[in-house]
Amino acid sequence: MIRRFLRPPPGTSRPPSRAERAGPADDAERDPPTDLERLAMWIDTRTGLAGVVRTGMRKVFPDHWTFLLGEIALFCFLILVLTGTFLTFFYVPSAALVTYEGEYVPLQGQEVSAAFDSVMALSFEVRAGLLMRQIHHWTALVFVAVAILHLCRVFFTGAFRRPRELNWVIGFTLLILAMAEGFTGYSLPDDLLSGTGARIAYSAALSIPLIGPWAASLVFGGEFPTEALISRFFVIHVMLLPGLFFGGIAAHLAFVVLHKHTQYRGGPAEETNVVGRYFWPSQVFLSTGLFFLTAAVVALIGGLFQINPIWAYGPFEAAEVASPAQPDWYVGWLDGALRIFPPFEPTILGVTIPSAFIPGVVLPGILFTIVALWPFLEARFVGDDREHHLLDRFWERPVRTATGSAILAIFGVLTLAGGNDVIAFYFSTEVESLTNLFRVLTLVVPPLLWILVYRACKSRRDRSQEPVETHRPPRGGVALRRTASGGFEEVET
Amino acid sequence: MTHGAAPGGSGGVPPRGSAAERRAERLVLLSFGITFLTGIALLVLYVAGGQTQLEGILLTLCLGGLGVGIVIWAQRLMSSELRIERRHPIGGDRHRIANLGEALSDEEGFTRRTLLIKALGGALAGLGAALALPIFSLGPAPGRALFETSWRAGARLATIGGEPVGPDDLPVGGVLTVFPDGDDIDPNAATLLIHVEPGLLRLEGDAATATPEGFVAYSKICTHAGCPVGLYRAAQHILICPCHQSEFDVLAGAVPISGPAARPLPQLPIRLEGDTFVAVADYSEPVGPSFWNMGR
Ligand code: FES
Repeated sequence: MIRRFLRPPPGTSRPPSRAERAGPADDAERDPPTDLERLAMWIDTRTGLAGVVRTGMRKVFPDHWTFLLGEIALFCFLILVLTGTFLTFFYVPSAALVTYEGEYVPLQGQEVSAAFDSVMALSFEVRAGLLMRQIHHWTALVFVAVAILHLCRVFFTGAFRRPRELNWVIGFTLLILAMAEGFTGYSLPDDLLSGTGARIAYSAALSIPLIGPWAASLVFGGEFPTEALISRFFVIHVMLLPGLFFGGIAAHLAFVVLHKHTQYRGGPAEETNVVGRYFWPSQVFLSTGLFFLTAAVVALIGGLFQINPIWAYGPFEAAEVASPAQPDWYVGWLDGALRIFPPFEPTILGVTIPSAFIPGVVLPGILFTIVALWPFLEARFVGDDREHHLLDRFWERPVRTATGSAILAIFGVLTLAGGNDVIAFYFSTEVESLTNLFRVLTLVVPPLLWILVYRACKSRRDRSQEPVETHRPPRGGVALRRTASGGFEEVET
Repeated sequence: MTHGAAPGGSGGVPPRGSAAERRAERLVLLSFGITFLTGIALLVLYVAGGQTQLEGILLTLCLGGLGVGIVIWAQRLMSSELRIERRHPIGGDRHRIANLGEALSDEEGFTRRTLLIKALGGALAGLGAALALPIFSLGPAPGRALFETSWRAGARLATIGGEPVGPDDLPVGGVLTVFPDGDDIDPNAATLLIHVEPGLLRLEGDAATATPEGFVAYSKICTHAGCPVGLYRAAQHILICPCHQSEFDVLAGAVPISGPAARPLPQLPIRLEGDTFVAVADYSEPVGPSFWNMGR
């Protein structure tokens, strides 16, 4: 029946299109409506949305594999919501002490928190529970990774330029939310490892001059470690942040529809058109397929690769620490910054600047602010405030590409520094000399890379024959249209 | 909206009845078949008791089959012809902005009442202040809590299990985590009791007298970011924090000698009372990570 609605069955002659019909009124009587049309009519007479839906189905979306990154990130979020919902049915957000009596023999009889106990039960007693937990954790890691790749795509192609600056800020906020989600989730199992992350976050909050002790106390409910931590992080993790997430994603996508998607140059693509495939059915099918493929990949990783084996770490104990304590990968750079920042703790006018303040608060603050405001900074420095819908090739904008690479290099070097004890172990060197090396690298690599990338882009651009600016006046101009013979013709606006 | 389409209308779809079409259709059928079968298999596995790795593999095949099938369907059997849609500039029409401005300001009952507008702003500021109240309930005022631990003069040093600790419990080179004897364990009172050969310690004044028989006690909470300082390299008399590798010299008052920590681990003054150790007083400075007014 659906097939019939979409495409006339073979053998029948094509029904006349609406334009060809002489009298639509009596025509409708001659052609009895299909079931699908009746359903559509029922809904339309109650919503009046038929026109909007039809327009939406015929929206054109450009095709390029790099445009899939954002979609994959969205699908990861959906998978996180689905698996996360399952986990909440079993998780107990309480620090109250219970005696562990589950299947895992080495911990039997030990005093653990109810939260830890429930995650142990999820891992050992609930069927498919461990699979769901591992998929959830792995998907969170993939989520942040794909979101960052998506951000890089948008950055290096200049897709953030007017009119998309606000959507860049929304997207970046979503990335921060994703990291906050990951961080709060990391703390929930209440194992030895998770407590370490929360403790360092507490110390970073505490280190803020003037408001630190207050801020830390308000967020954590007192001096670390607090009873409130687990239940608070749980509410933040499953309600507050997801709520913000849904709103942010809705706005992010609404902007994509409003602006229409950007596209790469080439073929018929112009500033004044969108070249691609119809939303329905092509893009809907491809995206649905992509969703299941994403789910398949994280199911495979989650099924085969153990992650966060809390039974091996044991329950959280304030006076103990897991060693080596490695955070989730996207927090590694902060850990690295804390590791290699020199022991510097001046007291100025009676105000102590704690040693964790600059690497733990100021540095991420500055980096995040630069990234968040990049569209505005670039527009100001370049003096280009025009609308852009055609994407740049990365080498066409040497300064942007060099700056982006340098920022990535900072994160990269700091992330490596976050594993300096592991590196020292494998290469049997002193942690101390590695720390000094990383201090140098942090200062040297980013500017060096900046120069290298700038040079490379510039020479590539100079060699290119194509003009960089193919900007067309967006108003009162002409548009390209494909002709029946396969060529292009210009049509007046 | 202007739409264009590639000529011919086939858009890369194989002709009806062609071998290519049948091959594509078979692939889709195969993929969906895999999804169906692995779905059933998952159910059977579940009933049989479940096994994480197998579940993962079957779930992958189940979801993957669906994904692959749908993608092949879309790529091979649906038209991939390029469509062109007109794009209009986003906003920027002067007249519209002027109209908007008018619409915003044509109610004089609003725009002319500048005093009331200001008063409204003031009222909202008051409301904001009122809303801050519940926020301050979220945590106690920091107060003196950060400056104190539960150590008191005369408190016995005890293991986490509550056993009092004396000189015989710790050989030279040993280290033990101790808390003040009592029911409630204050995690921030965690203290490392270390036994070094008497005479090695390079402490002076009160700090030196508070180390009976070569036993010295330092806070276990790292002064960098608060991790428990968990490792002791007895040969070099160095305490190491596993979080960011700060190292503290036990013989010289736990001053940081390497890593990001900038402050020594505070020393707990202890003495012997009978055959157990007791605290002489609480720490004289805040333990754990620094904060801006810790010097007060
Ligand atoms: S917390 Fe001890 S070195 Fe950072």
